[in-house]
Amino acid sequence: MMDLMKLTAVQLSDKIKAGEITVSQAVDAALDAMEKKDGTIHAFVYTNREHAQKKAAEIQEKIDAGQLTGPLAGVPVAVKDNICTKGMPTTCASRIMENFVPMYQSEAAANLEKAGMVIIGKTNMDEFAMGSTTETSCYGATKNPWNVEHVPGGSSGGSCAAVAAGEVLLALGSDTGGSIRQPSSYCGVTGIKPTYGTVSRYGLIAYGSSLDQIGPVAGNVTDCAALLQEIASYDKKDSTSVKLDDYDFMSALKHDVKGMKIGIPRDYFGEGLDPEVLGPIQKAAAVLKEQGAIVEHFDLGMVEYAIPAYYVIASAEASSNLERFDGVKYGYRAADYEGLHDMYKKSRTEGFGREVKRRIMLGSFVLSSGYYDAYYLKALRTKALIKKAFDAAFAKYDIILAPAAPTTAPRLGESLSDPLKMYLGDIYTVSANLAGIPGISIPCGLDSKGMPVGMQMLGDCFKEKTILQAAYTFECCRGDIFGKEAH
Amino acid sequence: MAEIITDETIDYVSILAKLKLTEAEKEDAKADMQKMLNYIDKLDELDTSGVEPMSHVFSFDNVFREDVVTNQDDRDAMLANAPLAKDGQYKVPKTVE
Repeated sequence: MMDLMKLTAVQLSDKIKAGEITVSQAVDAALDAMEKKDGTIHAFVYTNREHAQKKAAEIQEKIDAGQLTGPLAGVPVAVKDNICTKGMPTTCASRIMENFVPMYQSEAAANLEKAGMVIIGKTNMDEFAMGSTTETSCYGATKNPWNVEHVPGGSSGGSCAAVAAGEVLLALGSDTGGSIRQPSSYCGVTGIKPTYGTVSRYGLIAYGSSLDQIGPVAGNVTDCAALLQEIASYDKKDSTSVKLDDYDFMSALKHDVKGMKIGIPRDYFGEGLDPEVLGPIQKAAAVLKEQGAIVEHFDLGMVEYAIPAYYVIASAEASSNLERFDGVKYGYRAADYEGLHDMYKKSRTEGFGREVKRRIMLGSFVLSSGYYDAYYLKALRTKALIKKAFDAAFAKYDIILAPAAPTTAPRLGESLSDPLKMYLGDIYTVSANLAGIPGISIPCGLDSKGMPVGMQMLGDCFKEKTILQAAYTFECCRGDIFGKEAH
Repeated sequence: MAEIITDETIDYVSILAKLKLTEAEKEDAKADMQKMLNYIDKLDELDTSGVEPMSHVFSFDNVFREDVVTNQDDRDAMLANAPLAKDGQYKVPKTVE
């Protein structure tokens, strides 16, 4: 029998719909691959074959009856552990959420089921999505399938590693400051952070609510577009959900960038950018130029202010969002305490990990009386200026082309000791969250150690189709840069 | 120059954050926060006078709906996640003397 994990997700669904293989076989293929590889990679924190096979049988019936005809019907999918899945543990990789089993389905997971996909498990992540390496997980680190001595990136490291290792063809991640695009870059997979409001946040356990967005992770642009198409929806339950005129993202999969204007920010190519990343990005830009795109360098501006503004806003929102974890309604409660307040404090102190506490402390400080204007409002004013800089750029360009991260994946254990240095690694991704714009990371090369490099393309709000078309065109021309599969 | 983070600041912020830090953790928190604030100070270079703080990139209208219950009575399912429950309610330490 053919190796189903070598197909694309869209091809797999086509074979299922044509009756060549069953949903059950597809689920087994993924879970067998997971069992074989995940002991080393540790991308998953939860799987349940029995439950997945039960769902597979239900979906098979609907496919056979012609009720499910979508591009991904029958395909197994993994879901990041901060996205609520009814009846399946959802812990944000935090001790404070241990044993939490949601009694409701997040809108994104509900959309997966509506599309006839089978959720086969939950993927590892940095605790509460706070981190860039998936090392802050209470379950321990995920390893990069390209070299298990290296991190997969984060915070959606489990989702990206699972796809890179061929344990699953599709996964959902979430992106607050780069948490889909950066690990996609490190793991050599394709990931999209959609425009804020495109995918419902209902059931996504909040980190920075004004920045969080759920998005697709896949092995190629077509599968990414298909998955985005299935999860994007207008949802009354998310007051920031936006109704789009057009959800047909797959129609953007055209090999054509003639006349497309691509701007490369000079300010992204200075100090801190590894030459081993710069090279593949320049080559990728040259490929798009050859295909007829107009490629220019320009000054974006405001780049150095994005990270400080981001960490003020994200930490402030996190400190507020994480107030709900108090040991009363769900999750961890300390064993010994004296009275209510002591119970709150001890449960939170024992339940949250170090990075989470660090951000809650910073967030509480910048929101506190006397500092609110100087830090929090200052950051929100900076955000307005960053948005303005992007508006000016998109008046001239269809796409902004940049690296997804300044380096390839660092080795395990190298990042957490110097948080500020780790935060600086988010330089190319956080601005998109502050400005609300969509971005894709697509593999464009390997460094001399054989680790993947990701190219990021940013578009104006709701211009997902523009970046998908450019990414698809690049992918068509790129060929097999990897020469071998990950792991 | 950034605000100097003192022991008192850390104690006050721990109260706001509802965290009980050990002395060693307090020292770490003090150093971490100082380092971050020194870095965040970079924002002071920017002239933001006359710039409105932007909380959301799109102007969202408030979403209203009729005050009608649409969900089921999920009490027992919700309580199943509680660390302690009794008689259909969350159980917490005595809060009023």
